[in-house]
Amino acid sequence: MTEILDSTAAIGRPLRRKEDAKLLHGRTNWTDNIQLPGTLHMALVRSPMAHARITKVDLSGALAQPNVVAAYDAASLGDLNAGVPCVWPVTDDTVMPPFPALTGDKVRHVGDVVALVLATDAASAEDAIAHVDVEYEPLDAVINMVDAVSPGSELVHGDAANNTCYVYDLGGGYEDALAKHPDAVVVKRRFVNQRLVPAFMEPRAIVAAPMGMSEEITIWSATQVPHILRVLLTLVTGIPEQNLRVIAPDVGGGFGGKLQCYREEILCTQLAKKLGRPVKWTETRSEDMVATHHGRDQIQDIELACTPDGKMIGLKVDLLANMGGYLQIITPGIPLLGMFMYPAIYKMDAYQFQCTGVFTNTTPTDAYRGAGRPEATYAIERIVDEMAAELGMEPMAFRTKNWIQHHEFPFTTVAGLTYDTGNYEAATAKAMEMFGYEELRAEQKARRESGDPVQLGIGISTFTEMCGLAPSRTLGALKYAAGGWEHCTIRLLPTGKVELVTGTSPHGQGHETAWSQIAGDILGIPVDDIDVIHSDTGRAPYGMDTYGSRSLAVGGQAIKRAADRLIENARPIAAHQLECAADDLEFANGSFTVKGDPEKTVTLGALAWAAFSAHDLPEGVEPMINGEATVDPEDFSYPHGTHLAAMEVDTETGKVRVRKYVCVDDVGNQINPMIVEGQVHGGVAQGIGQALYEGVEYDEDGNMLTASLADYLIPSAADLPSFETGTTVTPSTTHSLGTKGVGEAGAIASTPAIINGIVDALRPMGVNDVLMPASPQNVWRAIQAAKGGAA
Amino acid sequence: MIPAKFDYVRPSTVDEAVAALAAGGDDAKVLGGGQSLMPVLRLRLGEPSVVIDTTRIDEMKGITDSGTAIVIGAGTTHDEVTKSALVRDHVALLAAATETVADRQIRHRGTMGGAMAHADPAGDQPPVALALDASFTIAGPGGRRTVPASEFFVDYFTTAVGPDEVLVSVTFPKYTGWGAHYEKFNRTAQAWAIVGASAAVRMDGGAIAEARIGLTNMGPGPVRASAVEAALIGASSLDAIAAAAEQAAEGTSPNADIHADVEYREHLARVLTRRAVAKAAGLA
Repeated sequence: MTEILDSTAAIGRPLRRKEDAKLLHGRTNWTDNIQLPGTLHMALVRSPMAHARITKVDLSGALAQPNVVAAYDAASLGDLNAGVPCVWPVTDDTVMPPFPALTGDKVRHVGDVVALVLATDAASAEDAIAHVDVEYEPLDAVINMVDAVSPGSELVHGDAANNTCYVYDLGGGYEDALAKHPDAVVVKRRFVNQRLVPAFMEPRAIVAAPMGMSEEITIWSATQVPHILRVLLTLVTGIPEQNLRVIAPDVGGGFGGKLQCYREEILCTQLAKKLGRPVKWTETRSEDMVATHHGRDQIQDIELACTPDGKMIGLKVDLLANMGGYLQIITPGIPLLGMFMYPAIYKMDAYQFQCTGVFTNTTPTDAYRGAGRPEATYAIERIVDEMAAELGMEPMAFRTKNWIQHHEFPFTTVAGLTYDTGNYEAATAKAMEMFGYEELRAEQKARRESGDPVQLGIGISTFTEMCGLAPSRTLGALKYAAGGWEHCTIRLLPTGKVELVTGTSPHGQGHETAWSQIAGDILGIPVDDIDVIHSDTGRAPYGMDTYGSRSLAVGGQAIKRAADRLIENARPIAAHQLECAADDLEFANGSFTVKGDPEKTVTLGALAWAAFSAHDLPEGVEPMINGEATVDPEDFSYPHGTHLAAMEVDTETGKVRVRKYVCVDDVGNQINPMIVEGQVHGGVAQGIGQALYEGVEYDEDGNMLTASLADYLIPSAADLPSFETGTTVTPSTTHSLGTKGVGEAGAIASTPAIINGIVDALRPMGVNDVLMPASPQNVWRAIQAAKGGAA
Repeated sequence: MIPAKFDYVRPSTVDEAVAALAAGGDDAKVLGGGQSLMPVLRLRLGEPSVVIDTTRIDEMKGITDSGTAIVIGAGTTHDEVTKSALVRDHVALLAAATETVADRQIRHRGTMGGAMAHADPAGDQPPVALALDASFTIAGPGGRRTVPASEFFVDYFTTAVGPDEVLVSVTFPKYTGWGAHYEKFNRTAQAWAIVGASAAVRMDGGAIAEARIGLTNMGPGPVRASAVEAALIGASSLDAIAAAAEQAAEGTSPNADIHADVEYREHLARVLTRRAVAKAAGLA
């Protein structure tokens, strides 16, 4: 456990979060708390069917209900029925079907939106939607991906033959490499990376309001991406960008699920403009389960080839990736974010990758914590264990034999990424010591020999990932529409206080504290004197928001450069006051001092007033002191780490228990180790959620069987052990602060560690895989199947 | 998550509640702690015309000792049940099962009578009532009647309580000195039981003299494992208990759902019954 400090502290100190007092005392401003006079409340008529033609929509019954002001279907909304945007066609021939905010022809998943009602209060709106008369002509529901791509399947979209959105073929010479090794050992597996619900704590909520006499419409939304949302709302609605202001007030979690331009955001904006009144919508948890985008959902065929003595030759990956019923903001690109990561930390000669995007009558998928990398990491770390078993090698020894050694960095992988730094040996050695690896192996042996009904397994995950989607030119080469830069403006106010304007958009991460630490450290100003302004396109006009572990990795560099520039902008004023040359000054601890003459000194605070009053500025120097920077990083960053799980498996019932979980993460330099630890804890918990508890299930008609949190199980603290976390520090050399990013690491690393641990416990019984989530029934079935019994 | 409109009344006596039910007709619903009814209302799975809140009826609260039995008011919260010395001393199995209900917040609001009358097959306490031969006091327009547990639970979410009646109390015979254990099998701490096994045993000279076994989620209502109870008499070893527990799934008719199919539930019933009995008997 990290010691937590309250005192003024700088980079590297575990400072208590500035945000928390407000959050803990309920002095928060959630979107749903916003109540504007004259508000119309929106309720949506959602499809109860997964796939059906709409033959009739009659709004008259709803319009006759008390307090109802308006109701629309696709036809009556007309030109305002804008489409939900997708900005990442991954190939030249990616099928990009229309995704209107209100669907008019067909419904394509349970929860698809057919009509809406506006009433003067939320209860009346909810009552009225039952009076919208919709008739459906059912069509065969396309649920299973393997069936979907089979010839003759019903089509989700008429223009997507075989329900195929795209086929992305990276190529790669796996077969050629394999041909050179006639004695190669090959292991093939099909892994199912199941569909997950982001399940953030605060449901989505939107208020869109015309602002008085101006043309401005302000949109408050529980979003991760106010800046991206503003641009996209402009592009799809045609409302001029300068007339849209998007604010993400306090936002309660996102995990990628709020990285979106949702149909509800489009509808509220359009209706507020059309009707000249505020329009509000807050989703219910039941809606969230079917209408917020989902994550994962890939069928992964993976093949690893090694020499008989355990050197990797090559890797072949063939994915079916479920797009769902429509494409959302970056739906097609999610699997490609994983494409680079399958070779992970390993050296090999060849890598071949292909991915088929598949339309089905299910909720659209998109980014969820890790977005592509957890899927890749799961597949590679699972098959590495299977190959070690095939070769008869100890799984850690097999990894050690194949990973990139610390002296080999920078290292260009077979997938084409250049990892700047890393030290897998150090992180692994530390993790194994914390874990008591040898003792647990001894206990495992004893339990096996005694035939203990509770078997012990050790799960390993030596992962790396890529953070901070940038540089922009690389994103362009991947056909991603936007850039990957980040902006920061730091303003020195007349009284010596500081406004730090960031383009990142925190929703629980603690940016206000961490960003204050970076700027405070460089400027020599107490963190409490720094106010971080964010998540409002009116006050923080430039930004690319928060996702993909980018905020520190990219935004942190902008803060550093802006702070450095502020000092340089202040320097001539200091030189003028101290009557010396600018070059004769050194800056430290918030003051300029003449070199060799410590008596001649002036603080930034004192210069702030001088720059404000502007009574006596040197020639050519403008009033006020600030620093601005927009940074496009030179490369991704590559955190890594070693996660170890001791799993107890009750072989009678199939129930598993995480007895011990140790992880050593190397996220480079740390701004606030307490926040780092918190991010690791949350990520590990979410990754364990995928391994053991979570998973969307549909019936054959496309009804979601896990449509409430009573059936879609999310672990709580009561279900998890106390994680033992450690770190090693190998600074990034491509990032100016030496940081790498930590937001997704835990979720990427932990899932394979858990499943590898379960399989390791059961391998002597003949088990070599367990379906996720590894529910008691799935584990028990795996044991029964290995025994040759019913399964 | 906004319920449909309903009327609300809050009687202060059982008679007033019965009168309100009569006035409300078929669509009236009784509200106890609200832990089952409120989700039903919020999800609009039910749209009652009137909700009759029984939480201010003093007679329906509290736990008393009648001499030969423990009487628990239907409106007594799970938390009160688990902390009651009377329950712990004389109906230990009920305390053990109730301690596992959901989470602390829910145990402070949810009521034992509400859980019994809701009769969820995954409920933790109905099998205890069945196994321990509890009886249910029900008030209606014609006065009060008492129904044994064996007749109280009728089907999925259906009990002997009629639409014009309200459950007043549950009476448990005393099982003073019996060993008790509830083995609940679920996936997360707050989740419903996939299967549960309740066991109470009276030991005599190191052997089981009498046993009461109830099963959760092994049929449309609670199930009493009578064959296991009979087979356990005289058992004094883990092997003997295991042999008896092999009959645990006999006569059950569990559902299949996303967490467990029928075969797995039957398997769990056997394993959990063995474990529950072994612990109740002090042998594990």
